[in-house]
Amino acid sequence: MSDSIVPVKEIEEKMDTDKMWVIMGPQHPFSHGLWTLKVQLDGEIVTDAEPIVGYLHRGWEKETESREYPKIIPMADRLCYCASMTYTHLYCMTVEKALGIDIPEKAKYIRMVADEVCRIQSHLMWLAAVGTDLGSYTVFLWSMREREFFLDLNVKLCGARMTTNYPRIGGVRNDTTELFDRDILRAVDRFEKALWDIIALIDDSSIFVSRMKGISFINRETAANIGLTGPAMRGCGVDFDIRRDDPYDNYDKVDFEVPVLKAGDSYSRYMIRIEEMFQSCEIIRQGVAKIKALGKNAPYRVKTPSKVPAGTAFARLEDPRGESLMYLVADGTDRPYRLKVRSPIFTNVSSARLQSVGVRIADVPAVLAQIDMCLGETDR
Amino acid sequence: MGELLDWINFGSDPMANAYYPFDSYNLPFDIGYQLWEILGGTIAWLIDLIFPGNSVSTWLMCDAVSTLLALVVFMLLIFLVAFVSTLIVLWEERKCLGRMMDRRGTMVGMKGFLQCVADGLKTFQKENVVPAKVDKMTYMWTVSLVIGVSVLVLCMVPLSSRWFVVDYDTGLLIIMAFFALAPFFILVSGWAQNNKYSLIGGMRAAELMISYEVPMLILICTTALMAGSFNINDIVYAQADSVWYIVPQILGAITFFTCAVAEAERVPFDIAEAEAELVEGWQTEYAGMKWGLVMLADYMRGSVSCSMFVILYLGGWTLPFIGDGPIPEIVFLLKAYVVFFFMSLIRAATGRVRTDQILNLGWKVFMPLSVFNLVIVLLLMTGGVI
Amino acid sequence: MDADAVYQTPTVEEIASILPAKFASVKVTKTETRRVYATVPREDIFAVCTYIHDNLTFEHCTTLLGVDYVDHMSVVYHLSNYYNGVMIELVVDVPVDDLHVESVTSIWEGANWHERETWELFGIVFDNHPKLERLLTPKTYEFFPFRKSYKLRGSE
Repeated sequence: MSDSIVPVKEIEEKMDTDKMWVIMGPQHPFSHGLWTLKVQLDGEIVTDAEPIVGYLHRGWEKETESREYPKIIPMADRLCYCASMTYTHLYCMTVEKALGIDIPEKAKYIRMVADEVCRIQSHLMWLAAVGTDLGSYTVFLWSMREREFFLDLNVKLCGARMTTNYPRIGGVRNDTTELFDRDILRAVDRFEKALWDIIALIDDSSIFVSRMKGISFINRETAANIGLTGPAMRGCGVDFDIRRDDPYDNYDKVDFEVPVLKAGDSYSRYMIRIEEMFQSCEIIRQGVAKIKALGKNAPYRVKTPSKVPAGTAFARLEDPRGESLMYLVADGTDRPYRLKVRSPIFTNVSSARLQSVGVRIADVPAVLAQIDMCLGETDR
Repeated sequence: MGELLDWINFGSDPMANAYYPFDSYNLPFDIGYQLWEILGGTIAWLIDLIFPGNSVSTWLMCDAVSTLLALVVFMLLIFLVAFVSTLIVLWEERKCLGRMMDRRGTMVGMKGFLQCVADGLKTFQKENVVPAKVDKMTYMWTVSLVIGVSVLVLCMVPLSSRWFVVDYDTGLLIIMAFFALAPFFILVSGWAQNNKYSLIGGMRAAELMISYEVPMLILICTTALMAGSFNINDIVYAQADSVWYIVPQILGAITFFTCAVAEAERVPFDIAEAEAELVEGWQTEYAGMKWGLVMLADYMRGSVSCSMFVILYLGGWTLPFIGDGPIPEIVFLLKAYVVFFFMSLIRAATGRVRTDQILNLGWKVFMPLSVFNLVIVLLLMTGGVI
Repeated sequence: MDADAVYQTPTVEEIASILPAKFASVKVTKTETRRVYATVPREDIFAVCTYIHDNLTFEHCTTLLGVDYVDHMSVVYHLSNYYNGVMIELVVDVPVDDLHVESVTSIWEGANWHERETWELFGIVFDNHPKLERLLTPKTYEFFPFRKSYKLRGSE
C-alpha cells in the first residue's frame, strides 16, 4: 500500500521504542545468591545481558597464604556450600600432588563415594532451584526431601551435613562408620525410585518441557571455546568428563557412562544432570562394594609432612558444576605461597550473555538455572 | 406518562411487597431485620425508659428506619460470610498444597485455620512503606480499586435463591464485568509504581486478559443460551430441571475452568506476578497491609472463579433429585471448595507458562474450543435433545 | 613429525617434541601422564597459543592465573584437550617493570574473565583484551590486592 494516506512506514520508523535495562539482582529471587544480571529488554525479549559478580569476594586465595596447609581444609569447605566435599577433596589432591605421595586405596574409594554423594545432593539442590525458577514449588520440595537422605549420609560419614571437613591431606579423617555401607545402599535404592517421581512431574508436563525445549542453543564449538564445563557443556555436545578422560583417584576402576546430548538447548542441559544422578548411584554401588572388599582394617590415611617442598602442582576434578582446578605454588614452608582456585561457575556465568540473548525474560531464570549458580566459589 | 410512573414506582406501592426492599425472600436481610428488631428494640426501650414518651424511640422502630439499619446489618452479614468463605479457601489451599508437596501446611490453631488470622495481624502491623518516586494518587487508588472490585464481585455472587445482593436479569453479565475490571487497574498500577518489574507485570496482566477474556465470554453466552437467561437463578434452576451443564458442555467446562484459573491469576497463569523473574510483578512496591489485602483479593478472585464454575456447570446450589435442600448455601460453598481443590491441584502439579504461550493458548486452543462448544450446544438444541 | 599438521588427539610425546620444534623458544620442562609443562617467553605466547588451539586442538582454556614471585611475575596457562584429556601448562615470566602480556581472549573466549581477574588482582595488563575492567573488586580500587607487597591486616 504505497499510496496509503497514513504514512505507516514513517510512523513506524519514528516509533522506535526504547530498550530497557532491567537490573536483576543482587537481591532477586532468580539469582540464588548475590550476583546481578543486567538485561536489556526489547519488550519481553532480551537483546543484551551482562553478568556482574564480586559481591562475595572474600580474598579466599590471599587468605590461604597466611594459613598452614591443614587449616585450609575447612576453608575449602566454604567455597561452595553444595559441593563442599569435592572442593576439600580437590585441595587435598593438590597438596598430595605437590608432596608427591600416594594415598591408600581405601581412602581413594571413600573419597570417590563421598564425592558422588555430594554430586547427587548438589544436583538435587539444582533441581530444586530449577523448580522454583519454572514456578513449581512441588519440584522444589520433593527435591529437598530427597536431598535430605544424602545429607543424612554425610552426617553418618563425618558428622556434618554440608560443610563436611572430611578429606585430609593423605587420606580421609575417619574410616566409614558402622552400617554406613548398608545405609548408603538403602538410600541409593530408594532414591532411584523416588527420582522417577520428580522426572514424571517435570517431563510429563508440557509446560515444563516447553519452557526448556528449543531455547538458548549453544553449539559444541562455542561451548568449548567459551569455557563452559560440566553438565552444561555435555548438554551442548562436548563429550568430555574428567572422571572418565582424565581419571583421578579410582574413577578408572569403576564402570560408568558419561551422558552426552547434542541438542545444546536448555532442556538437554537439564537432562544431563538428571542422568548424571543415576550414574552417580551406579558409581556409589561399585565404590561401596570395593570398600567392603578391602576389609575393615585397611589403612585409610597416611602421615604427611607438614612442610611442602618448593615447586608447583595442580590438580583438577569434575565438580558437580564443572571442571574445577587448584594450582599450588609451594615455597618449602608450611604455608602455601599461592593457591589458585579455578571455579567452574566463574567461567560458566561469563557466558550468561551468550545464553540469554534472544530468549524472553520469563526464560532467563530457567536458562541460567542450568549453570547452577553458587556464589561462594564464583567470587572466592 | 402513567406507564413511566408505574415503572419508577415498580408498578405498585413498594411497601406492599412483603419482601421489601427485595423482590423475593432474602435470608440475610431477614436475619438482619430480626437482629435489628432485637438490637434497635433494646435501644429504643432503654431510651424510652430514661426519657418516657420521646419521639426518638418511636422513630427508631418505624418501618423505614428499621429497613435502612437492617440493610446495614445485611451488608455486614453478606460481607462476613463471603470473607470467611475466602479464608476457608485460603486454608484449604494451604493444607492441600502441603499434602501434595509432602509437607504439613499451616499448623497454627484449629488445624491451621488460624494462620489466616496470624497473617492478617502480621501484615496489619507492618509499616506502611510508600516509595518516594511513585505516583502517589494512582499508586493508592489502583490498589484500592483492585481490592475493592474483588470484594464487590465476591459479595455479589449469590449463594442461593435466598442469599443474594441483587437479583438482576443480567446478573451474570454484571458479575463478569466487575470481575474483568481488575487487569485495567493492574496495568495503571504497574505504571504508577515507577518500577520496571511492576511495569512489565502490568503489561503482562493486560496481555493475559486479552487472551482469556473472549473465550470466557463465549462460554458464558453458551450457558446463557442453554438456560435462556442471564439471570443466575434461572440458569441454576434450568440445570436442576434438566441436567448439570457439565454433561453436555464438558469441553466448555474444561475450557472455562482453565480460563477461570487465568482470570484469578493463579499458577500456571500467574505471569503478572511471576516470582522467578519479576520479583513480585505488579505487587513489587506494595508493602505491609496493602500487600496483605492484595493477596487476600487474589484468593477472593479465586473463590469467585470457582463459584462461577459451580453456577455455570455444576448446578449451583441445587442437588440432583433433591433440588434446593434445607441449606442450599452450604451445598453451594462445598461445591466451590471442591472446584478450588482442583485449582490447588493444578498449582501443585505445573509450573508457570510464558507470555507468548498463554497468548497462543488463548487464541489457538481456548477460542476454537469455546466456539466448538457453542456449535455442539446449538446442534443439541436444534436437535431437541435439551 | 609434521609441525604444521592438525592433530586432534596429540599424545604427550608428540606435544613435547612438536612444540619445541615449531617454536625454538618454548622449553618443555617436564612431562607426566596426560600433562605437559612448558615455559614460553612472553613475546611468543600469542603465537604459541594460536598454534596449540588450531593445530593441537586444545579447544578449552581451563584457567589462566598470575603468580607474584616478587622479583618477577608469572602468568600460567592451563589448556586442555577435549579428546584425550591432555593438559598443557604454559608458564610465562613477566618482569615487574613491564607487566604486559598479549591477551588470548580472541583465541579462547573462556579466558576473558580469567584475564580480567588476573589484571585486577595482580596488575598484569593483557594487551588487546576487549574489556579490561575490575570484576571482583570494587571499581574504585587503585591497588592490586593479591600482590605480595599488599599485606593483609594482622599478618604484619
